[in-house]
Formats: sequence, C-alpha cells, structure tokens
Amino acid sequence: MLRLPAFQLLRPATVAEATRMLAELGPEAAPLAGGTDLLPKMKRRQLQPRYLVSLRGLRELRGWSGSPEQGLVLRAGCTLAEVAAQPAVRSAYRALAQAVAVCSNPILHRMGTLGGNLCLDTRCNYYDQTEHWREAVGWCMKAPGPHSPQEVPCRVAPGGGRCWAVSAGDGAPALIALGAKVRLVGARGERVLPLEDLYRDDGIRYLDKSPDELVVEVLLPPADGLRSTYRKVRRRGSLDFAALGVAAAVRQDPDGTVASCRLVLGGVASRPLVLEEAASLVVGRRLEGEVLEQVSQAVHRAVHPMDNTDFTVLYRRRTAPVHVRRALEALAS
Amino acid sequence: MRVLKERERVWNVVGQRLPRVDGWAKVSGRAQYTDDLSLPGMLFGKLVRSTHAHAKLVSVRLERALQLPGVVAAITGRDVPVRYSVFPVGQDETALAVDKVRYVGEPVAALAAVDPYTAEEAARLVEVEYEPLPARMDLEEALRNPEPRIHEYGPFGNVHRLASLEFGDVEVGFAEADHVREDLFFYEGSTHAPLEPHSALAWWDPGARKLTLWTSHQGPHYLHRGLAKALGLEEHQVRVVVPAVGGGFGGKLDIFHHEVCAAKLSMLTGRPVKITLTREEVFYAHRGRHPELLRIRTGVKRDGRITAMHVEAYLDGGAYCSFGPATMLYAGTQQPVTYRIPHYRFQAVRVFTNKPPCGPKRGHGTPQARCALEVHLDKLSEELGLDPVELRLRNLTGPNELTVNWLEITSNGLRACIEKVVEASGWHERRGRLPYGRGLGFACSAYLTGAGGSIYYSDMPHSEVHLRVDRSGGVTVYTMATEIGQGSATAVATIVAEVLGLQPQDVSLVTSDTDLTPIDLGSYSSRVTLMVGNAAYEAACRVRDLLFEAVAERLQVPRSRLVARSRRIFDEANPQVGGSFAQAAQWAEARFGCLATSGSYRPPQKLGTYKGSGVGPSPAYTFSACVAEVQADPETGEVKVERVWVAHDIGRALNPVLVEGQVEGSVHMALGEALMEEQAFRKELHRGPSWLDYKVPTVYEMPEVITFLVETEEPRAPFSAKEVGQGPLLCVVPAILNAIADALKVRVDEVPATPERVLKALEEQRKGRTGRVGPTKVPPFSFPPPERVPRPQSWEEAAQPA
Amino acid sequence: MERVVRLRVNGQEHRVLVPPHRTLLEVLREDLGLVGTKHGCELGECGICTVLVDGEPALSCLLLAQELEGHEVTTVEGLATDGQLHPVQQAFVDSGALQCGYCTPAMVLVTKALLDRVPEPSGEQVREAVAGVFCRCTGYVKILEAVQAAARRLRETGRPSGCGS
Ligand SMILES: Cc1cc2nc3c(=O)[nH]c(=O)nc-3n(C[C@H](O)[C@H](O)[C@H](O)COP(=O)(O)OP(=O)(O)OC[C@H]3O[C@@H](n4cnc5c(N)ncnc54)[C@H](O)[C@@H]3O)c2cc1C
Ligand code: SF4
Ligand code: FES
Ligand code: FES
Repeated sequence: MLRLPAFQLLRPATVAEATRMLAELGPEAAPLAGGTDLLPKMKRRQLQPRYLVSLRGLRELRGWSGSPEQGLVLRAGCTLAEVAAQPAVRSAYRALAQAVAVCSNPILHRMGTLGGNLCLDTRCNYYDQTEHWREAVGWCMKAPGPHSPQEVPCRVAPGGGRCWAVSAGDGAPALIALGAKVRLVGARGERVLPLEDLYRDDGIRYLDKSPDELVVEVLLPPADGLRSTYRKVRRRGSLDFAALGVAAAVRQDPDGTVASCRLVLGGVASRPLVLEEAASLVVGRRLEGEVLEQVSQAVHRAVHPMDNTDFTVLYRRRTAPVHVRRALEALAS
Repeated sequence: MRVLKERERVWNVVGQRLPRVDGWAKVSGRAQYTDDLSLPGMLFGKLVRSTHAHAKLVSVRLERALQLPGVVAAITGRDVPVRYSVFPVGQDETALAVDKVRYVGEPVAALAAVDPYTAEEAARLVEVEYEPLPARMDLEEALRNPEPRIHEYGPFGNVHRLASLEFGDVEVGFAEADHVREDLFFYEGSTHAPLEPHSALAWWDPGARKLTLWTSHQGPHYLHRGLAKALGLEEHQVRVVVPAVGGGFGGKLDIFHHEVCAAKLSMLTGRPVKITLTREEVFYAHRGRHPELLRIRTGVKRDGRITAMHVEAYLDGGAYCSFGPATMLYAGTQQPVTYRIPHYRFQAVRVFTNKPPCGPKRGHGTPQARCALEVHLDKLSEELGLDPVELRLRNLTGPNELTVNWLEITSNGLRACIEKVVEASGWHERRGRLPYGRGLGFACSAYLTGAGGSIYYSDMPHSEVHLRVDRSGGVTVYTMATEIGQGSATAVATIVAEVLGLQPQDVSLVTSDTDLTPIDLGSYSSRVTLMVGNAAYEAACRVRDLLFEAVAERLQVPRSRLVARSRRIFDEANPQVGGSFAQAAQWAEARFGCLATSGSYRPPQKLGTYKGSGVGPSPAYTFSACVAEVQADPETGEVKVERVWVAHDIGRALNPVLVEGQVEGSVHMALGEALMEEQAFRKELHRGPSWLDYKVPTVYEMPEVITFLVETEEPRAPFSAKEVGQGPLLCVVPAILNAIADALKVRVDEVPATPERVLKALEEQRKGRTGRVGPTKVPPFSFPPPERVPRPQSWEEAAQPA
Repeated sequence: MERVVRLRVNGQEHRVLVPPHRTLLEVLREDLGLVGTKHGCELGECGICTVLVDGEPALSCLLLAQELEGHEVTTVEGLATDGQLHPVQQAFVDSGALQCGYCTPAMVLVTKALLDRVPEPSGEQVREAVAGVFCRCTGYVKILEAVQAAARRLRETGRPSGCGS
C-alpha cells in the first residue's frame, strides 16, 4: 500500500484562523480541502508539505447564496456533487454543471471541492508519476527530488527554462467562460478578482496568489440570458482528466445574432486558455456556416499543446477546432 | 479414465443458473485475499527496483537502510542467486538482479521492517550504483543491435527463441492459388491489470524447517517447484497456499520476485514476512500480452478456398523468458483449427528487449495472430467480392478432423456459432447499408480447453482430486484447482454434486494448498473445468459406486436401479425405498471403512512429433464467432462499440450464469485491447503505471453484449463442458477492427485502434493514399529454412486427385 | 500528532490511536481488522476502497482517519445482519455479478447508497453509480443487472435498504 508521508494536521475553526496558520507556517503548509488532488500527490511524494491546514471544519466555506437573476455565490467548500446538483447551476450556468459532472467520477465528486478544483495542481506525464518513476526519469524541474529546480531540466521541453505542466481542471474553463470572479482571503485581507486572473502561465507557480490566501467564494454574474456549454475530450467516459476541455458561453439576440461570446480551453496550457480572437469572430454574427470555419482556423492558430498529456500533440491540435465548433453548434441549436 | 456414460440424462444441477459457491464469502467481504492475512510478529517487506532499463549493477549497498530503526533484514541478488523460471528451457531469472538489470522496475534489493512505513522509508536508503548500457526498447532496435546482448543465451544477438515449420508445401499451395494477398499487422502489448495487486505472505518455521507461502497466484504447483529451487530447499519443505485471488488473467502464473524475497526474508528473520505490490509494481510484474508484428500471406482460389498460408510472427518478449517459448508457438497453432489450410508455414522469433517480461495473458499468444488473420481475411473477402462470412464458411473446419499441424479437433460448433451471430445481428440485411460512420464487423476464433502438454515433461496426470465422504454426509473435495474468479470452484462442486445427487453448496472444497491437495497444474490454458472436472467426476463416481453398493446391500435393491438425487440415494422404481445421503454414507462407511476416493486426469497423447508439437494440442477446442457494431466519428476518430454479438461453442454450460460472465468479461478485456489499452513505453519507462494512465475501459465504454451459448457433444469433457475463460476474447478484437473498416472505409492495422490512429488513416485517405495505418515493413531478420513436417494422412488423401 | 480518534464503524464505536497521516483505509484494515474493504491503488483511481461515510460512497484511501470523528462509516461487513445477506448482496450473488470478488465490497456499497437515494434508478443512474469502481472481471454487464434486480427486490419487499448498516 502506498502510504502518506508524515505531517501535522491543523484544524482551524475559522477562515481567519486558517489564513493566519498558513501565513505563519509559510510554504511548508498547504490547505487541505477534499484531498483528492493533494493526498495522492503526497503519496507519490510529488508534494510533501509538513503541515496540512484542514478546511473541512470551516462553516464559512459551505453552501451558496444568490440566484441566476442576482448572481450566484458558490462557496469554496462545496463539493463538486453539490455544485452539480445546485438548481441554479443546472438551469442557468450549464457549462459549470456539465464541467463538474464530467470531472473524475461520481465518488470523487462527493469528496472534491470547488476550491480544490480551482486550485488543482497542474499536470504532466512526467510529474504525475510515482517517486520511483520520477527518479528513474531523472526528476524534472517541477519536482526536482533531491536536487534544486535549477539543476534539472523540464523533460518535455528541456531548453525552455520553464515548466509546461497543464491546467487540467474542468471547473476553471467553465467558470471563466461564465465570467466568474473569485474572492480570496489572506492573512492581510481579502480581494476579488476575475477568475482568469488567478492563473499564471507557469506550470510551477500556476496560481497568482500568496500561500496564505484561500479561495473562499466563486461569484457568478447574473445569468442574463447567457447560454453555455462544456465539452471534454478524454479517452474514457469516467475518471480521466481532460486532454482538452472546451467551455463556451454566448449571449444571443432573439434572431440568433451573437452579442457576446467567451471561449476557454482547458488541458492545453499551464493556465486556462482564453480564446479572444476566436470568440470575437462570432460577435455580431450567427453561429453557423462560414463563421464556424473561421473560428476553427483561429482555434488551430491559438492552440499549441506540449507533449505531456494523454493523446498526441498532433491529435490535440487537429481536434481542438472540431470540439470548439461543436460546442458553438450546440449553443446555436 | 472411466468412460463417461451419462450424457443423455436430465441433470439436477448441471446447466442450472445457480449461485456460485464462493458467492456468499465474496459478497459479504469475508473472503480472505492474501493481503488480508496477517500473522503474529509479521514483518512488512518491500522491494527496491531498478531505475535503469539496462545497466551493469556495480553495487547495491544496504548499510544505510539497515541502520534505520525498525529494519530487520535486507538482501541483494547475492543472497538469492539461483536462477529459475517456470519453463525448463528458460532458467533466466533471479529473485533480485545479480550483476545486471534488464528493465526499469526489476528488483535489485529487498528488505523487511516492523511496519510498512519503515519498510518504504528504508527502501529509499538502499544505495544502488549502475553502469548504464544501451537499452533496446522494441523489436526493431533489439534486432538491429545484437550487441551488447541482453542475455548471454539464445541463438544469437537478442534473439531468444525461433520457430520455423512447414506443413505440406506452401510453394505448391501458392502456385495453386488464383489470388495471393499479404498483410502486416501490429498488436501492441497490454497487461492483465487484476484489481487485486499481487501479494505474498511467507512464514519459515525453523523447527519444522518448512516454508509456507500464502500468495495471490494461479499456478501453485509450478510456483512450489520454482520456490524450492530458488531457495535451495527440498520441494517437500515448501508449502504454497492460495487464498482468494482478486483476478489473474495469466498475470499471476510466474514465479514472482516478491514471493521468493518474502520467503528468503522470512528464512533469515524467522518471522512471517508479507510483501504486497503497489499498483505501479503490478505493471512491472507484468507477464502480459507480447507486442507482436505479424505478416500473413494467403493464397486462395477464386471461390475463396484457401490453398496456402504463411504466417510470420515477431514477438517482443521483454527482458526474460517467462512463458515466451509457448507464447511464440501459440502464434501459429490456432489458425488451422478454424480454417482448413492445406499448406501452412509458420515462422516466429521472440526477441529480448529491456522491458518487463511478457508472458501469458488471457488467450495466451493467440489473440495477436488471430486478430491479424481475421483482419486479413476480411480484406481478402473484399478483394474477391465475397461476403466476409461466406469466405470463412468456405474454409471452415468441422468436427472430428485433424488439422494440417496435427491438432485433433473433436467437437466443433463453429458453424452454428457463425449462424447465430449473423442472424441476430442482421448481418446480411444491414451490412453495407449502414450510414457512413456506422459499421459491422465479423470474426471467428478457436481456443484450447487445456494445454495437452505440461510445462515440464512428465507422464503423470495433470489433475488429481481427492474426495472424502464422512459419516455426517459431508462431502469434501481436495483439489489444487485455483479459483481466480473464473469459477473453477463452482465447476468442480457442480460436477461432484451432480454425480452424488447433491447441490453445489453441499460440497466443501479444500483448494490450492500444496500440502493438502493433490496436483493440478494450474489455472491457465482454460484447463481446469475439463481436467480437474474429469478427475473430480472420476472420484465422485468411485465414491458413488461405494455408496450404491452399500445401499443395495442394506435395502436389497438391485444396484442398477439406484439413483442419487435430491440428497438421497434411492430405488428409482420405488423412490421411497432409499436413504438420505448421510444414511447412505454411514452404511457405506460401515461396509468399506473410511470413504475416500480419488480421481485423476491425463490428456490424450499429442499426435504431432515435430519440434514444437507440444504446444497447441488440447483435449478439445472451443469456437467462437462475433459480430461487432461500432459508431465512429470521422472528425475525431473516436470509436464507440455499441453492440457485440458473441456465440461460443461451450460444449455444455455447467452453469450458464458463470459462462455468460466469462464471455462478458472477455468482451470487456477485448474492448480494451482493441481500442485503448497499451503497455507502452516512453523512452525507457513504462508510460504510466497507474489506473489513470493505463486505459482499462470503464462501464461507459462497455457495449451491449448479446451472448449465445452453442452446445456440442464433447466426449472428452465432463458433461461435455468445454472452456469459456479465454476463447471468446479472441474474435472480439478483430470484429471491432473490421467494423471500423466497414464504418469509415479505412483500415487500422494496429491495435489499439486509438482515435489518433483512426484519424491518421482517414487523413491518409484524404490525401489520396491508401486509407490505412499500420506497419509497413518487418524488421531486418531472416528465418532459418523451415523444418518440413509431413501432413497427416487425411490431408494427403484429400490432396489426391479424385 | 497522534490522537485517539473515536470512529463509528458499522454502528459500533472504536477508539483508535492514529497519527495524522493514517488513512481510513489503513485504520479499517490494519487497526480494526475490517479487511473486507479492499485496495487497488491507494491513489483515488480504482474505487476499490470505497466505504460509505454518512451513507454516501467515499474513497477510504483518501480520507484521513483523524477527520472522520463524528461521522458514520459503513463497510461491507456492516451490511449483512445475523448471517442474512442484505438484499443488494443477495442480488449480486443471484445475478452472478461477481467473479474474483475483489471489487464486490465496493460495488455492493455504491449500489446500496444509490438505492437508498433512488429506489427506481434509470440505466444511466446505475451506470453513474458504479462508474467510480473498477471491475476487471465482469464487463459490468451482470453488475448493472444486479443493481436493477436489487432495486426490484427492495421495492417489492419494502425492506428499507438502510437496515443492517
Ligand atoms: C482519479 C482522479 C481523477 C480526477 N479527475 C479529475 C477531472 O477529471 N477533472 C478535474 O478537474 N479534477 C479531477 N481530479 C482532481 C480533483 O478530484 C478535483 O479537481 C477536486 O475538485 C479537487 O478538490 P479537493 O477539494 O479534493 O482538492 P484538494 O486535494 O484538497 O486540494 C487541491 C489543491 O488546492 C488547494 N486548495 C484546496 N482548497 C483551497 C482553497 N479553498 N483555497 C486555496 N487553495 C485550496 C490545496 O492546497 C491543493 O493544493 C481527479 C482526481 C483523481 C484522484
Ligand atoms: S512540464 Fe516539464 S518541468 Fe513541468 S512537470 Fe512536466 S517535465 Fe516537469
Ligand atoms: S484504493 Fe484505489 S481508489 Fe482507493
Ligand atoms: S469481480 Fe473481479 S474485479 Fe470485479
């Protein structure tokens, strides 16, 4: 049996206490929510925090409020199953409902939280492996084993001087497409920022937040006629992470003309990839015919995955435009 | 063996949809698997594994590990230097690498500690120094680079074994053909992935000087022999016990490192030692499907009759022998069992590479060649303008014939199988009329009901059973037959219950314990139902004879009128004259003393005398046919198998529920091999030794399965019951590939047929080239001239002009 | 820090001294001797270690024992009462929904949790419920049948699936 390394478990009662603990303990500590990402990584010794600050006892992180009309607030401690079952999410923020429904599998849904999903570690074929495997490959920059990060290259693109590990969470692309914001609370206060600004284009430091900051809430704007969808490419209908996630959200005039559009991809870069150009092409037009062809070409230009997830790079590039087009077609009908 | 003369009766339990005898224990969580066991004072063992694919082992230092408090013992290859293997010809493994390592994951040291945390920590402290050698990661590389050799044995370079056989004269056969076609096919390796990781608990009793090993294993007998050898013990000093096994599929048949190491560590410490593999380690233990390249050339008459066939197989064996010599020969044995091939040449080579050893996986050695053949026949039928089913029908073997390679077919229900699936799938009405993207594919296959030869030569029985009836009426059957989920316990209990007029759950089973149970060679080659079944049948008949004799005497009834049914033995003409089974047992015990009988089974002598003829013969063959229906997405290459019709010639189903379960499980495993599973490597490492990265299909990929059981009379099988554990897998893989071809009009001559490959074939087609992906050449290698084997007389006679 | 944790398992309270890094799986199997809960990866992938926590399926390999105080844990050992199989278990045996049996404890538990919530599940709901647990033997066909058979049995007998836990 794979075992967890030893650590100390801290169980704060409030968010304030939790952030204070995190601030005091610094990088040696990590928040523990559902643990479905963190604990397997610790068993494989990808991460070895000496302190885990459990968020499970924090009532402030439970539940939701609001409505599609006023905007919806989902707190970070909601499980994915709770999010998927939330009536407002199902009716007005479909991309999110669909995204969490195709995350992992139904048992993990009940354990994993929304906050954990948004802070999910980036993934890579050379990183999400056991300790023995990574030692055999000679480690890599993101998890350099006994070495310092400068001493070991990235195994995917050795010359690049950076880590290309992939943002593979399903929740983030959907929420970004839906225009969500997040509320962070840290030891020195709180801030609200657009969700896309939480992410950095770096496989190692993939979140733009300090270690003591917690994601406490996700704020969805009023739905206001927004229609959205999420598609996921993976080899199997359950368990697998996204080799590609496509979130699309549009607002259309009664005649079908697109008033606004957001397209976001997961699984292709170290952060959720917002497709500005492709999305702008459909604005003022209807989701059909030539426009979709133009969108496809724009997607093809924008997507440059690295060879570090399931499926070949070539395949992911070829099919990304197909899936974006199909997402838009689904919204058109 | 006694003549089985009871075929025309109505059975009490045979053929009934009864619950399996181990159902209660398993569903209640009470069944004990090896890792569930613990003993007082038990230590936890851990293997340290190589991080190099090919390297000289300069040193393995244990000092730092041994200094960690709680570590009790540690060993290296020097402590267990004896070479062993299940195969007499391939004694090439040691429990820990001695002077070199041959794959990433090969164990180099082992240790035992007071708790699992300490064992894991100590493993990190073992210091290993390697001197890397170039690693050969596939067939082509291994053949192109004979030096440095991976092993110092084998004919030359990295060639492990060779076969080159010719039955009849293929040149003559090809000359007779109106049309000749050649195809190449590649079948990727895959692994068994049983849900239960391998586990072994060893206990050396220093007083009795005896080792007991509880282990999750499917061949305790071969393990027993191998362990004794590896540990330098007499065989009678070793006892192997197999608790419940959480899946095997061929992956728990070898002698495994952790078994020998747990034993050795227990001998050194005098304490019980348990080693359970992690999921990653199960992928390194492997012994799964060989990656295999095949070239098939077939000559046919205009009407589709085969005149000659030449099969070349290139097997990537991984780093050790395992069951490789048999795997290699199996690549050539089964083609003539489904189709009449008047002239047949088979050539094969198994090559060493620096990967975990390949070995026997469900269908052992036959799925690769079967798949290549069935795809090849599909293309041939296209060229001839014949329906693929029709082409097969024109070449079908029948019952009671001898194949060109000297295999004796007795019962043969292949034609009926074909008719079933063709009709049920609406083949003739629907094929060719489905919209683009949807397709139907067809294939046939055959498999052995038990290997006719044992792995080491002997003229002793392959299966033996002891049976005891006590004065309470209790019946206990002692058999080494190993239940790995396939249902062997239920099969044996059903047979004994039928003979004695009991219910299967009335029969107690003592299984898989080399001290308590008489020999059975193991749960492989689908041999248990037939071989152990026949032995159990014999033992049960013998004890029934005693019971009948005693009852006849007591009640003054003619013996011939007695029957055993409904837990009684009575006069069939006058049913109230009789006694309960327990009463009969008491009368018989009073009359004869202790009621214990035995039975044994030895398969028929093989008929071929050529080198390699030991692989392929079986007392009886099963036959299967499959139609698969797929929906394929031409833009993404994704394939969904929607429905699978499988008909299987089972002889007779002892228990249809269990038989269907084997068919359904085979479809699932075949689906994985056809579309997604790959034991593939990234440079020198397994690509992803985990459930996330190794793509076993989930419930969402499973198609609807429509199973037909075709019954045939098989005189050599107990109650006619033939195998089902492996055969139905074989035809499903090619049926899926043929369905993809029907759906998209492109060929994926390579499994798994991943979306990437399907899309690539479509792109080739779009560019105006042949819509095909797959191998285009064979590695640089020339086979030695074939050994000419005379054909059986029947074939020579058939060849005479009338 | 090691702590004495009060765990309710199958209706019985246990006090166990556990360090923070000890998972529920380890405590069940190694401290409480409840080896009916199996394991196949310890990484949250195979679902074989599934138990019910407050009636809902959860992976015991990813739960810290120290965090489970105050929760009710049900393992396969908690289903049968007085030697009588739970209707779900009986349906698995009768339908032939198990072969090697290694996935069975988890399969039976996810089924029970489903039927407690949804007495008349659709095919899709059944597939979803078992999707979290791998089976390498059965191809799932008879498992899906067993779930429906169990649902029918529970509806007919009116026996609440909750009994025995
Ligand atoms: C087999 C398997 C398959 C999976 N498949 C998918 C998939 O398909 N799609 C997918 O998106 N995910 C998948 N996951 C990952 C994971 O289950 C989900 O993303 C889940 O939502 C993570 O939430 P958690 O609460 O379990 O996170 P945790 O593991 O508790 O935490 C994850 C990370 O976030 C940090 N964190 C947690 N909460 C907060 C917070 N409030 N503020 C700041 N930091 C926080 C933690 O410190 C940690 O670094 C899979 C996991 C497994 C084991
Ligand atoms: S992208 Fe490079 S550095 Fe990052 S995890 Fe993968 S191999 Fe390591
Ligand atoms: S043991 Fe595999 S999910 Fe827990
Ligand atoms: S019955 Fe063997 S894994 Fe499901």
